[in-house]
Amino acid sequence: MSVADNIDYPPLLRRPAVFLSGVGVLFLLLLRADAAHWAPVHGLFGALALTGLEAGPANGLAAALVAALIGLNVWVITGLKTRWQMWIVWLELAALVAVLFVSFDLSYAFIRRKLWILISIGLVNTLLISACSIVLAFVLALAGAIAKLSGNGIALGIANFYTSLFRGIPLLMQIYLIYLGLPQVGIVVDAIPAGIAALSLCYGAYMTEIFRGGIESIPRGQWEAARALGFKPGDTLFRIILPQAMRVIIPPTGNQFIAMLKDSSLVSVVGVWELMYLARTQGQAEFRHIEMMITASVIYWAFSIALEMVQARIERRFGRDHVR
Amino acid sequence: MSADPAIIADAPPVEIRGLSKWYGAFKALDRVDLTIGPAERLVICGPSGSGKSTLIRTINALEGFQEGEIRVDGLRLTREPRVVRAVRLRVGMVFQSFNLFPHMTVLDNCALPLRRVRGLAVGPARERAMAYLEKVRIPEQAAKYPAQLSGGQQQRVAIARALAMEPQLMLLDEPTSALDPEMVKEVLDTMVALAADGMTMAVVTHEMGFARRFATRVIFMDQGRIVEAGTPEAVFGAPKEERTRAFLRQVLREG
Repeated sequence: MSVADNIDYPPLLRRPAVFLSGVGVLFLLLLRADAAHWAPVHGLFGALALTGLEAGPANGLAAALVAALIGLNVWVITGLKTRWQMWIVWLELAALVAVLFVSFDLSYAFIRRKLWILISIGLVNTLLISACSIVLAFVLALAGAIAKLSGNGIALGIANFYTSLFRGIPLLMQIYLIYLGLPQVGIVVDAIPAGIAALSLCYGAYMTEIFRGGIESIPRGQWEAARALGFKPGDTLFRIILPQAMRVIIPPTGNQFIAMLKDSSLVSVVGVWELMYLARTQGQAEFRHIEMMITASVIYWAFSIALEMVQARIERRFGRDHVR
Repeated sequence: MSADPAIIADAPPVEIRGLSKWYGAFKALDRVDLTIGPAERLVICGPSGSGKSTLIRTINALEGFQEGEIRVDGLRLTREPRVVRAVRLRVGMVFQSFNLFPHMTVLDNCALPLRRVRGLAVGPARERAMAYLEKVRIPEQAAKYPAQLSGGQQQRVAIARALAMEPQLMLLDEPTSALDPEMVKEVLDTMVALAADGMTMAVVTHEMGFARRFATRVIFMDQGRIVEAGTPEAVFGAPKEERTRAFLRQVLREG
């Protein structure tokens, strides 16, 4: 969408009344928050070679400078194309988060020393558990959705009970029940398979509803046309209905997969050496908790971004029939 | 499928005896008897809710029924999946809302059923699909998606898709009702061309002028019953039943 076409909503932040009062309010807030005493502001003054002010600049000057810089930044960004605006704001916010982390005064030597163990064991196990669970949850969700739409009373009963039970119990409890509960009846499950089972059963239950909704969103006429042409039920579902339903199914499913990647950290409670477990135990010995937590967070985040990108690709792939 | 033992030689394309269907307490079809002969062009008309669509949708088992019997090419329609499939292979269907598959190109819409249902390989399926797109005179649209076509073009693709399966009989359920007026003619012309090839057809339509020129026989339905049947001249020109006359008065006043 081009800005010129946006008749009803001209760029809000460029209106003088909005812009000037916005910068004014920002100035007052910074003044009240003692901006001069923030470490990043000190750094900023250092960079600007205002060395004399480093020790304790006047609060008013610091607030005015920061407010002016933010104002200038906003003014420049609002003049760009939407695409560029998005990327620049994204990177600026990421830089702010990075500044926050850096200001914790972390021991990078410690992070470097532990990084390999976090990745080679922790990340590998986290990805193994997540990938297996994603595939199994997908299969369970498809089976659950077909059962719910089948009109077969027995299948419907099983599917309804399944989604009710596994959406109704906390995931943590499901992990304990499978790992500690099943041995009570003589079925001993290793920690990693127990974690995979709990994650896929839980997420399969949520995704059953997503799949059912997606399949139901396809008009009846599509089923009828396929039946009238003589398609077998499997072909109707996999060739005609699901490819169209995917457009509705993928966005919430991508959401679920990203959530699952991080919920796999719950498996650490049964002693699996995945990312969360190692981050906690490695930090403990030398009281370097923050270092390990931040490192693990960055790794989780990086893989969530990767999943988001995969989701965007798949969405484009299934959206092509609606391009005019 | 051609060696099916249940098929009786020289049976009419469709034979319906004492067909009744209920939706709950509502009787949608009431003891309907109907035979459609080879190369016959049957037009079914009547007020909405009279059971026209339900009747043709029972013929290819899109709807079930409670009483009576349907034979397609002599094959008695049951709930057995094998039988239902055999019947659907003999019957092509065209819907009011086209029901093309929006995620496939026009060519794939026609070729996929040939591959999955008729078991053709990719090459021959595409060749045959293309031949039928030429028959409905839109081969140049083959690579497009349905959303890029006009309503009239979409309905012609739907006709080509059904024809490519080479059915013995075509059912058309209000094929022009969802079209803008200027597109009705191209679809009606396609149907006339089909008739010239000797295709057996049953058409539900409100296009009375077309019905008069096109049909070899007209049936008028009301409240799930066939009220009147005969040549178009007889049913439209000199209707015997008061209900037919009332319906025609209304349709002609609107038209």
